[in-house]
Amino acid sequence: MTATLERPPASAPAPPEAPRTRGPVPRWAWLLGILAAWIVASWIGHGKATLYLPGQGSTDVHEWFTQLKRDLIASRDDNLLMQAVGAVSDLFGGAVEQLQRFVSVDAYPRPVPQIGWLGVLGIAGWVALAVAGWKHAVGTVAALATVGLLGYWNDGMDTLVVTFVSVAICLLIGLPVAVLMGNSRRAYALITPVLDVMQTFPSFVYLAPATLFFGLGAPVAVAVTVVYAVPPVIRVATEGIRGVSETTVEATTSLGQTPWQRLTKVQLPMARRTIIVGVNLTTMAALSMSVIAGFVNSPGLGKPVLRALTAGTNQVGVAFTAGLAIVVIAIMLDRVTTAASERSEVLARSGGTDRRTRWIVLGVAAIAAGVCVVLSRRSLSLADFPDTGVGDTVADAMQRATDWTTDTFSGLTTWLQETTTTLFINPLQDLIASSPWFVTGTALLLVALVLGGRVAALTTLVCLAGIRLTDLWYDAMVTFTSVLVATVFVMVLAALVGVPMARRRMVDRVLRPVLDAAQVMPAFVYLIPVLALFGPGRFTAIVAAVIYAAPVAIKLVADGVKQVSATTVEAATAAGSTPWQLITKVQLPMARSHLVLAANQGLLYVLSMVVIGGLVGGGGLGYDVVLGFSRSEYFGKGLVAGATIVLLGIMVDRVTRRAAARRTTSPSVRSALVIGRSSGLARRGPLV
Amino acid sequence: MKPTRVSALTGSLATLALVLSACGGGDIEKETEANESQAAETGDCGELNMAVNPWVGFEADAYVVGHVAQEELGCSVTYKDLKEEVSWQGFGSGEVDVVIEDWGHPDLEKQYFEDQGGDGSAMDAGPTGNVGIIGWYVPPWMAEEYPDITDWNNLNKYADLFETPESDGKGQFLGADPSYVQFDEAIVNNLDLDFKVVFSGSEAASIAAFEKAEKDKTPLIGYFYEPQWFMSEVPLVKVSLPEYTDGCQDDAKAVACDYPETELKKIVSTSFMESDSPAVGLIESFQWTNDDQNLVAKYISEDGMSAEDAAAKWVDENPDQVEAWLNAG
Amino acid sequence: MTEAAQDQALRVDGLWKIFGARADKIIGTPDAELGRAELKERTGCVAAVKDVSFTVAPGEVFVVMGLSGSGKSTLVRCLTRLIEPTAGTVVLDGQDITSASEARLRDLRRHKVSMVFQHFGLLPHRQVVDNVAYGLEVRGVKKTERRARAQELVDLVGLTGYEHSYPDQLSGGMQQRVGLARALANDPAILLFDEPFSALDPLIRRDMQDEVVRLQAELQKTAVFITHDLNEALKLGDRILIMRDGEVVQVGTPAEIVAQPADAYVRDFVSDVPRSHVLTLEYVMRPPEPTDSLEGPVMDPDVVVRQAARAALSSAHPVQVVRDGELVGIVDDDAILRVVVAEESVPA
Repeated sequence: MTATLERPPASAPAPPEAPRTRGPVPRWAWLLGILAAWIVASWIGHGKATLYLPGQGSTDVHEWFTQLKRDLIASRDDNLLMQAVGAVSDLFGGAVEQLQRFVSVDAYPRPVPQIGWLGVLGIAGWVALAVAGWKHAVGTVAALATVGLLGYWNDGMDTLVVTFVSVAICLLIGLPVAVLMGNSRRAYALITPVLDVMQTFPSFVYLAPATLFFGLGAPVAVAVTVVYAVPPVIRVATEGIRGVSETTVEATTSLGQTPWQRLTKVQLPMARRTIIVGVNLTTMAALSMSVIAGFVNSPGLGKPVLRALTAGTNQVGVAFTAGLAIVVIAIMLDRVTTAASERSEVLARSGGTDRRTRWIVLGVAAIAAGVCVVLSRRSLSLADFPDTGVGDTVADAMQRATDWTTDTFSGLTTWLQETTTTLFINPLQDLIASSPWFVTGTALLLVALVLGGRVAALTTLVCLAGIRLTDLWYDAMVTFTSVLVATVFVMVLAALVGVPMARRRMVDRVLRPVLDAAQVMPAFVYLIPVLALFGPGRFTAIVAAVIYAAPVAIKLVADGVKQVSATTVEAATAAGSTPWQLITKVQLPMARSHLVLAANQGLLYVLSMVVIGGLVGGGGLGYDVVLGFSRSEYFGKGLVAGATIVLLGIMVDRVTRRAAARRTTSPSVRSALVIGRSSGLARRGPLV
Repeated sequence: MKPTRVSALTGSLATLALVLSACGGGDIEKETEANESQAAETGDCGELNMAVNPWVGFEADAYVVGHVAQEELGCSVTYKDLKEEVSWQGFGSGEVDVVIEDWGHPDLEKQYFEDQGGDGSAMDAGPTGNVGIIGWYVPPWMAEEYPDITDWNNLNKYADLFETPESDGKGQFLGADPSYVQFDEAIVNNLDLDFKVVFSGSEAASIAAFEKAEKDKTPLIGYFYEPQWFMSEVPLVKVSLPEYTDGCQDDAKAVACDYPETELKKIVSTSFMESDSPAVGLIESFQWTNDDQNLVAKYISEDGMSAEDAAAKWVDENPDQVEAWLNAG
Repeated sequence: MTEAAQDQALRVDGLWKIFGARADKIIGTPDAELGRAELKERTGCVAAVKDVSFTVAPGEVFVVMGLSGSGKSTLVRCLTRLIEPTAGTVVLDGQDITSASEARLRDLRRHKVSMVFQHFGLLPHRQVVDNVAYGLEVRGVKKTERRARAQELVDLVGLTGYEHSYPDQLSGGMQQRVGLARALANDPAILLFDEPFSALDPLIRRDMQDEVVRLQAELQKTAVFITHDLNEALKLGDRILIMRDGEVVQVGTPAEIVAQPADAYVRDFVSDVPRSHVLTLEYVMRPPEPTDSLEGPVMDPDVVVRQAARAALSSAHPVQVVRDGELVGIVDDDAILRVVVAEESVPA
């Protein structure tokens, strides 16, 4: 009916794909062939031309970057850029400080902050009521009270302050950029890779140099948080703006609107819901930086977590309690912003009496909140969160639990670590890292060609060339091996747990909150117990990565299996399928696009743990980054290691996505691939 | 935004402002007044920015000095949790005044010490009295079971004991937290030891590994150091390497000797040192022993006390020593 | 304003739209003469509109008809530069659109010309009345004033009572009434319709066509109406332009098109059309002969055959076709029956 030919797409048509594998030789046969050739070549050239560099070694490339940093430091007194950035960062440092004096730091000469805990609860409850409804208001108050009970009121408030300031700056920067990207294809093409790098570049690398520009504490914490957290809101808001119906834009333009009117009256209102989803993802991303920011003295819950880490196995309970406070805050912010997104439409539409009632309720609540504030300013016990000892009890219980676990399973875990390392990691690493570099490079290129086609192979070629130039080929391949093994574990877990979740409501109900919590629990909290169980090494790094990445993959698989049409399942059941047949022949194959998405996300999440893995003996690029962060003379090595991680990330991401795109035409999965890369708590909504 | 919403928002903000300005009385008010009058009395030490590097021994030093500065000199002390490198960067910008325990960072000294060609933002403020002993250590059970293992000459004999899936068929040597200056790869190489250095990645990982090794009676050898609170929990035994001689560590690739005993020192920012803060004298005169530090560190890590409480406890128990620091300055 | 401009509400001259890189370099070269497929192969460009010219008189309903991909929707978008034409001129109400500045163009869009879209293009976050008032809002009309005006139009298109509904609460037909009201709110001189009823159910489509006929009778707007539906074109159009592959195939009144198709393509197109609904007496009459009876009913040559049929057949004498008081032709029963029953188009 519609005239489809009339508006050809402005972008060039996709280049021809590599020969389809539906021909005489199936894809898996190609892969097996490549693998066989690889093994043979690797056996012949084992240990030669591996480009191995000792842990404390570095090359001219690395030295060059280190010198760059030294020059930067030497020039700091008369470097105009640094002065300018410093002036700006004083602004947000000041903002954080002011807010802190309101809620978390003694507003001297007052012995307490301007607003005590009761007042904060009142205000937070009111805000949640206004944007998300009374259920979430109750939830918010309960969550904040829990943070106080755990004994981290002040640190929790600090975390909230830093998060809020960061998110505000993210929106200030992100929304205009999203508008630009939403309206200009060129800007979209130019900025997207920048966002990719911002999200995959390990913040450890630029943490130390960033302090040169931004200064210690809150300002640098806000800066690095913004770098990491701004891409999600840009991506999602851009999708929102691009997703606004073209006809509507055309129709309103035909009425003579200015570009500004188009933006403010058409695009932004229509993208509002999506934009709030972006705010949610950005908030979660900002919160996930709270511990890393602790490395540069950011106020907040990162401090107790890191401090407990230095005290070793005795303080695991304390670290866990502080981590729990982060989890509670994360879940609170997630639920409130999600509800706010869902409610925005309803609110905009509620008219007449509804609206009046709403404002009366809010007015009354505001008075109540005001009373709370007044009280909290007068009474010490309503200002200083009382020490209830709950936190210590929780910490003790957790300490005992981890001690018991490490004592009981130590033998088993050692065996597990040794077996897995010997049977899986070492042979794979022999193949990937201990082959001559050109053998591995060629093999990876061919695999990319078979899986993802010519474009994917080209990306792989560029990335591998980049990795070769960083002089960290061997370390990159060690890391790549670990990432692959971890992703396999993640996918196995995702299938084992995700399928039952999809099939049984109860399982889902019980597991989902656990997964949400596991996803936002800072990895630093469970590093020590994992170390106590498995000892330092690559396996430990893999375990930590799996703990971090599995929840998102599990949820994706569960959602994928769940959305398999009920009719199809009924038909298969009617045809006499056993549950096993149903799962393997109907549900999993039909959820394939979600499985691919889960693998893609799993890989990227695992990759984002490479640096953390470096802290527990994972070696490879993770160790290089930590080394660069810890020792000024290795800065350059850390920097290029970070870049290498980005290259690995782009490589695996593009190959899996091309592979996925060749098999799925589902637009929902495609958009999920866009939004999914924006990290955060994977959503239960229609997005992922 | 709809007008109703605007009016409601301004209404609530106005209420809030009113509330904030109009209230008074209550127990908070009294303390505020007390604070105001007290502020007039105490001396003007001003601010003291103490870096806190991420190990417990450091925390012990920093909080003890900070406690004394705050209570006795009236300084307003800010503790900043930072790694070494970032702390040193902070000297120049005035964000850090003191790094109270330094194990020797030639690279950083070159960059920031004036006499070494640096920008002169940092300087040495003398020893802390602690002596750092860096070296190769084994868990106590091994020293008992294999007494001659503490001599490096016998290490190759035991190499296969230390073999792990991480170490490529050689013995595994557990390398340290990357923050520390270390030459283990070179030492292994130059002494022809049949070992491979596998880096733990962090101090926490090293401690966890030694703790597990002692508990499970599994073999382990690695980089460690004292003073370190963990030694009181698991007294690791040092393996002797060829003795340190002056200059034997100058060429990082050719190192084949033990680590030297290190006098731990205090590093301060030049601008702080040149100020007339009474805290300058305290920092200069602060000195204590490894046992002192280990005690405070034990309060923190084993007894689970906060660093503030642990420091206060030690200061209360050792008034003479504190007095000496204050008088010397 | 020249006289010519006065009887031309819209004039389109040599209009081109070529999609693709360096499209502007193609016009005037031999490549421009190529067919679509060859052009695409040679240059990668797609010519959506090729050298189209026509004029529309004030008050006229001008229909552009063609199948999917014929370029008609691109053409209508070029008229207000929603799509920037590659070459050619568009003169609207005496003003050259193609050379107008952005501000001038906006002004024209706000006051002179409005468009109704196939997929409505309503703002989902606004109530009906605010959707209708949008054009007034963007040109700065005060809220009470524009709401009052919008209410009038809501009433005019028969949506009274739905002012405060949101678009997704309305049926497709009702949504398009909102689209129509929004277009009319600016009181434009020219209305552009881009397949406005294709997305609607057939019954609703007929209602909406009748609505347009009614409004047209009431408001006397000039209209350019895009459709792929020949019956709709014949029903609404004073004149019809038939497009194929971006080129004009034929322009004419409905009767001309049916009676004298320009080529096999158009003939094929109109082959299913009931002749009697379209052909006028002009096309079925024969020259008067002295022997003809002059007692039959007198009719205008523009009367459609179907409407003339009853009177003609019930009379014993043939119809006299009279233009300006002069007898120009005779239509006998035989001619009527040939058209109505045998569906022949041209009299023997």
